[in-house]
Amino acid sequence: MSDAKQINLTVDGTKVSVDPGTTVLQACEVAGREIPRFCYHDRLSIAGNCRMCLVEIEKAPKPVASCAMPAADGMIVHTKTPGVHKARKGVMEFLLINHPLDCPICDQGGECDLQDQAVAYGTDGSRFAENKRAVEDKYIGPLIKTVMTRCIHCTRCVRFACEVAGTPELGAAGRGEDMEITTYLEHAMTSELSGNVIDLCPVGALTSKPYAFTARSWELEHTQSVDVMDALGSAIRIDTRGQEVMRILPRTFDAINEEWLSDKSRFIWDGLKNQRLDKCYLRGEDNRLRPCRWEQAFEYIEANTRDVPPEKRAALVGDLACAESIAALGDLMRSMGAPHLDCREPLSPLGRNAEGGRVRRGSYLFNSSIAGIDDADAILLVGADVRREAALLDARLRKNWRRSGTTIGVIASTTSVPPRDYESVRLGEGASALQQLIEPTSEDARRFRNLLDVAQRPMLILGQGALNRIDGAKIYDMALALAQQTGMLGPEWNGFNILHTNAAQVAGLDLDFLPRQGGLDSAGIRKGVTDGGIEWLYLLGVDTHLPQQNKNAFIIYQGSHGDAGAAFADVVLPAAAYTEKSATFVNTEGRVQSAKRALFPPGDAREDWTILRRLSDVLGCRLPYDDAFALQQSMISQAPHFAERDQLVPLSNAEKPEPVRASMPLRDDPFVSTVDDFHLSNVVARASAVMAQCSRLANKK
Amino acid sequence: MSVRRLAVEQPDGFEFSRENLEWANAQLKKYPDGRGQSAVLPLLWRAQEQCGGWLPEPAIRYIAELLNMPHIRVYEIATFYTMFNLESVGKHLVQVCKTTPCWLRGSDELERVCFEEIGKPESISPDGNFTWRRVECLGACVNAPVVQINADFHEDLNAQSFRTLLSQLRAGETVAAGSHAGRHASEPGSGEDGNANDEQETLHFNGFK
Repeated sequence: MSDAKQINLTVDGTKVSVDPGTTVLQACEVAGREIPRFCYHDRLSIAGNCRMCLVEIEKAPKPVASCAMPAADGMIVHTKTPGVHKARKGVMEFLLINHPLDCPICDQGGECDLQDQAVAYGTDGSRFAENKRAVEDKYIGPLIKTVMTRCIHCTRCVRFACEVAGTPELGAAGRGEDMEITTYLEHAMTSELSGNVIDLCPVGALTSKPYAFTARSWELEHTQSVDVMDALGSAIRIDTRGQEVMRILPRTFDAINEEWLSDKSRFIWDGLKNQRLDKCYLRGEDNRLRPCRWEQAFEYIEANTRDVPPEKRAALVGDLACAESIAALGDLMRSMGAPHLDCREPLSPLGRNAEGGRVRRGSYLFNSSIAGIDDADAILLVGADVRREAALLDARLRKNWRRSGTTIGVIASTTSVPPRDYESVRLGEGASALQQLIEPTSEDARRFRNLLDVAQRPMLILGQGALNRIDGAKIYDMALALAQQTGMLGPEWNGFNILHTNAAQVAGLDLDFLPRQGGLDSAGIRKGVTDGGIEWLYLLGVDTHLPQQNKNAFIIYQGSHGDAGAAFADVVLPAAAYTEKSATFVNTEGRVQSAKRALFPPGDAREDWTILRRLSDVLGCRLPYDDAFALQQSMISQAPHFAERDQLVPLSNAEKPEPVRASMPLRDDPFVSTVDDFHLSNVVARASAVMAQCSRLANKK
Repeated sequence: MSVRRLAVEQPDGFEFSRENLEWANAQLKKYPDGRGQSAVLPLLWRAQEQCGGWLPEPAIRYIAELLNMPHIRVYEIATFYTMFNLESVGKHLVQVCKTTPCWLRGSDELERVCFEEIGKPESISPDGNFTWRRVECLGACVNAPVVQINADFHEDLNAQSFRTLLSQLRAGETVAAGSHAGRHASEPGSGEDGNANDEQETLHFNGFK
């Protein structure tokens, strides 16, 4: 854009220079003028139907809708004349003709665009004496409450569903005054991003159903934090009232989530109140878990640890653990001299090469960065069921496809990927399709390979579905070889991407929470519990792929929710959920971000690292930090990038992806996603009634 | 105009007849590849014809799938255009123009006939022959008052001729469309053209008579 001719125009006497294609409304914003609007939204197409953004342009006979008018050279725009004010006042009067005056019982009250703008442009009364229109409320799913009489027909929600979410389900039926926003025959929205229409709705027509009538916006405390439902680390705002999370909203962060949030991240909060572990539990003689005090729990652990040799002790890390707790557990295991520790899902090859050595950081990151998807000009998804594993990444892919028509190739099981609304090329289901791209013999493969070769910024997204399998290491090597052959690993561009599904994963790999020399890996530890090789196991929030049976191992579970892990354990230590601790998470790009404490953990539950610190005392191998700052300093000394918060540190050449050089036979079963149910993929989600309802609905089809 | 909703009772399914499907495929060829959605209006119209003058919900779905459009997009179109009837109608759909010229020329009278002969607007007459409704300008003001019955315009009506027209239709007779006052087109009602002094013009019109 920089070399194109700039457009110069005057807004209220201020000269501004903007890129060609800018609208008058955007030019006014550049000049620092705020233009009221309802239908216009930065990230959606222009509709121009609310007329609130009227401005006067010299030589134009009438006020002009600035959102739909391209800026032109020499325009003289007025935004503050009495004429503009009168025009907007007229529009507002029209909008309010059919709008009910039910602000006192409306959940949007206090954060409503219409309410706010009516303060500036409303009249004290209406000249409209007739009956107001009334519209039947529509059912559009368990997440979104509709009060359609309030709708002002801005069609933001319709455009969002169609353009961003890629699920064209919402529409405007009827015409004129009788226009109604609805889904086809009022079925529930199927998009994983449907909750965003609540934020987009400028009035109270679409509001959050689970949040309905529970709080007012002005009585909430906002805490800026980070989401952990997937590995993207979306920016969120946790709204609390006292010691209760009332709702979760997205924060604008262009590098990750723009201003959207997936439904799981947004509607999870009732899961933070259910099934919580607020006391320690011990397994008694009768094989039942009984509540106890912290001292008893630690005594019990000490008694059962004393006689277990260090080489029989193991630790696993689950999907929601923060970096602090991983670091503390890693240090604890190290000081005990136990070699068996792993932060990965079973069979995952990430972080270690075939000889058991540590691999470079770039080998397990989403190297191009999430925003980098916008620049890619050919994309290959290998075993990544993006819509389930990272719904917002799917919206990014779609954004690129919409803007540039980028070809998106998919190698994944046909069963695992739900249909998306962007064109993709199915190249196959398993390893043989990947092999085809490396040495193409079929016409389809050759054509796509050619696209990757020609592309300036080709991108490969390798999902856990392709990695967490017996031949995962081999597939990783193949994908990297393809990346190298097609120029994905250039000096300026690194298009080799691993898409993680667990928020804890990258921090675990960064802190080298991986098997030591001679140590068992994730699958090995689990097997050890079954066959007796492991006699002491620490589960830091691990609730999936638990061993079928436990021969005689002593199991300690530390976590926030009573799920499969707690039921499997001998001692249960209650810990904080992600909203209840100031902690560090590293997202799939390797971006180090801080979650902030919005409220205190319930009951006896404590922040994770403090539990481990206390435990280290009990076990006689005291960890060398007494506060979070010291712990973070220790993390930084292990992995210096932990010092750089919120921003992405560019990888040095010494950190570029490297092969693991594995040799094993390839299997040809399809790449199946590790996330089989989007709505129930972690403990918080499984404790949430709202998510259960969504899951039931999604699986019904 | 009011809120338009799909009928409560719907047929189980819809499919184009073989001829209509052939016709639809021919229509689709008029558009560039991937732009077949532009044919949505003619296809909906043909579906309405096939269903006897109304558009059932399965037909909306069928056309959406035929054109590879989301269901909601076709639903939007079907509810937007009032020419699509979302509930079943009688054999003859009588649309009485109520805009000013027709009203000045006696559309109130025609409306009264409708009430007497057919019943309430938007409902099917007991014999299944008629549904009537008031509409805005049909664009034939010079021959007011005008009534559109299915695809035909019936012009220059009065209560008596309209009543006769309806009884003829009820009896299954074919009725000629156009003026019911003996006019050929929209020449003056006196039978003369407006420029009586212009011999040539007169001849011209007489020639047609």
